[in-house]
Amino acid sequence: MQQPNKLTPFFENLNFERDDNTMVINFGPQHPSAHGQLRLVLELDGEQVVKAYPDIGYLHRGIEKMAENMTYNEFLPTTDRLDYIAATSNNYAYALAVEKLLGIEAPRRAQVIRTMLLEINRIISHLFFIATHALDVGAMSVFLYAFREREFGMDLMEDYCGARLTHSAVRIGGVPLDLPDGFIENLIAWCDKVDHEVKHTYEALLTENRIWKMRLEDVGVISGEDALNWGCTGPMLRGSNVKYDIRKEEPYELYGELDFDIPVSDRCDSYGRYMLYMQEMYQSTRILRQLVPMYKESSPELMAHAPQYISAPKEEIMTQNYALMQHFVLVTQGMRPPKGEVYVPTESPKGELGFYIKSEGEPYAYRLKCRAPSFFHTGLLQDILVGTYIADVVTIIGSTNIVFGEVDR
Amino acid sequence: MRKYTPKDNVQAKSYYTDRYWVAPRVPRAAVEEGTHFADVVKTMAKFAKESYIEVGTLVIHIDAKENFEAIKTLKEQCGYTQCSEQSAVDYLAQDGEFELFYQFLNVNEAKRVRIVCRIKQGEAIESIVPLFNSANFAEREMFDMFGIKVNNHPFLKRIIMPDDWEGHPLLKTYPLQGDEFASWYEVDKIFGKEYRDIIGPENRDPARIDRYDTKRFSRVGYEVPFGADISEGEKEQPIEYSETLLVDYNKDSGKQLDHRK
Repeated sequence: MQQPNKLTPFFENLNFERDDNTMVINFGPQHPSAHGQLRLVLELDGEQVVKAYPDIGYLHRGIEKMAENMTYNEFLPTTDRLDYIAATSNNYAYALAVEKLLGIEAPRRAQVIRTMLLEINRIISHLFFIATHALDVGAMSVFLYAFREREFGMDLMEDYCGARLTHSAVRIGGVPLDLPDGFIENLIAWCDKVDHEVKHTYEALLTENRIWKMRLEDVGVISGEDALNWGCTGPMLRGSNVKYDIRKEEPYELYGELDFDIPVSDRCDSYGRYMLYMQEMYQSTRILRQLVPMYKESSPELMAHAPQYISAPKEEIMTQNYALMQHFVLVTQGMRPPKGEVYVPTESPKGELGFYIKSEGEPYAYRLKCRAPSFFHTGLLQDILVGTYIADVVTIIGSTNIVFGEVDR
Repeated sequence: MRKYTPKDNVQAKSYYTDRYWVAPRVPRAAVEEGTHFADVVKTMAKFAKESYIEVGTLVIHIDAKENFEAIKTLKEQCGYTQCSEQSAVDYLAQDGEFELFYQFLNVNEAKRVRIVCRIKQGEAIESIVPLFNSANFAEREMFDMFGIKVNNHPFLKRIIMPDDWEGHPLLKTYPLQGDEFASWYEVDKIFGKEYRDIIGPENRDPARIDRYDTKRFSRVGYEVPFGADISEGEKEQPIEYSETLLVDYNKDSGKQLDHRK
């Protein structure tokens, strides 16, 4: 029995010792495999999990509340802190939702750059996944190799926007900058490197590795129906033999014009999901290669022309009075989108990242709800962990690829 | 005269709004015959109070009492097998109501439907967890953030805020910086309420910045001697940097960070 006092308060109504054979253990929030701040309360019968209760909220920063108190442009850098592994995906999902609300579209070159950044972020995120997942399962060297390629990817992001993790590389209505000199060459070189390393290093190290297969095969099995029911999206859904990728089914940006495949796995287990992540990296490099000629053909506008909502280019602000006036109003008061509500889903590396925005015509969003894929994947843990062994818990958490920035928000 | 601040909505507001300005509305399209959405509207006709298409999503307004039946119909007869999101919007100040929305996805048709209903303050809503497990966490979050009770939820408990938290953070009456309870939460919990006076507001927050404290905070551009009393204001002293710090070693190369890779 716990002895609550002021310094050790009685947090949960939990008995850690039971009269029956089960034992309650606390996993996290400071566990290295908890991927941030996940606290799992597990009830064990021997080594088997009888009941699992994911406890979240250790990284809660009230981002939805902040959205109600910030103008639309002010809020954009805050979205970096959702899924901090692939920050541009969040920036983009938010910017796209606001653009849908405003009814504007980014110019062609901005679209190409955005799609490029999204795919670079997808590869960065997948490399991070394979690195940490392998480390959790016990394959240390994959972690080191994958982080090396991830560093080069982050160097690319740094070349573009100056930041490595919190990019804010997308603006509402376009992108802030054109690609720097030599970016395309570095990008192609990096794509070659990623393709080569995925094939000859990670897959060579893991795919047929006996220990890796024993740890992953038939672990964390989730059927397609369950995956839909629990709100799984992205690789978690496609790993359960449901072929649904928002990039293909509800195309946004340039994905309608690009030629790429949606890998699906019918294994429904962690090994299938691992294979899926590997295949998705090939598809992302394939998309990136197709974007290079598209970039070269596009005209140089970077921001949409919508003077009511979006400031004119800097040259115009500095030379034309009316552009300066618009800019002043937009900076001091913020843009006022029309009244209405939108829900815009995008395919982030982790799954369906959607922003629900309710606007009442004010410069502040009346309500902003961030539909984070990891939130629902964390909810799934209470179902799929039951019946597994304690040693597999870490594998399953790693395989769901959750990031606590977007779970707690 | 002191500026009037309404108590029922303490969120940030625009400092200036043109008095003749009327906000436009995002266009709402009627459902066209022969489309997938037309079939959905026909099936849902029993429940729908209003339905239209807004930015590609079919929005159906229903009565909150019928939410379970309506969503069951949507799932079983229209093929909307995934509940992507569920939450609420606070309209207590205007209407004394919450607006609840459920966002659904049909994987086969790649279409999305939003079910919207309104409940009065203090009313509860029926849980849809028997239909969609994903609503388990979503409804808990809604309960946590708005205090909306969900009937027949398997485990309705605070999810993001601590169990003993007071207040619901996403209500419009809840200030962004937190209320009295929030600011003393750790002190109350660890030492007890009677320690509020002993600890004092200046020590309760480790991230607190005191601009007049010259012992623990540096003052860039306004340097003063250690421990000087500057409560009356201080003299401005321009910073002088040593020349060597400003040498640009990358002057000749076209790009910065050229040799990193």
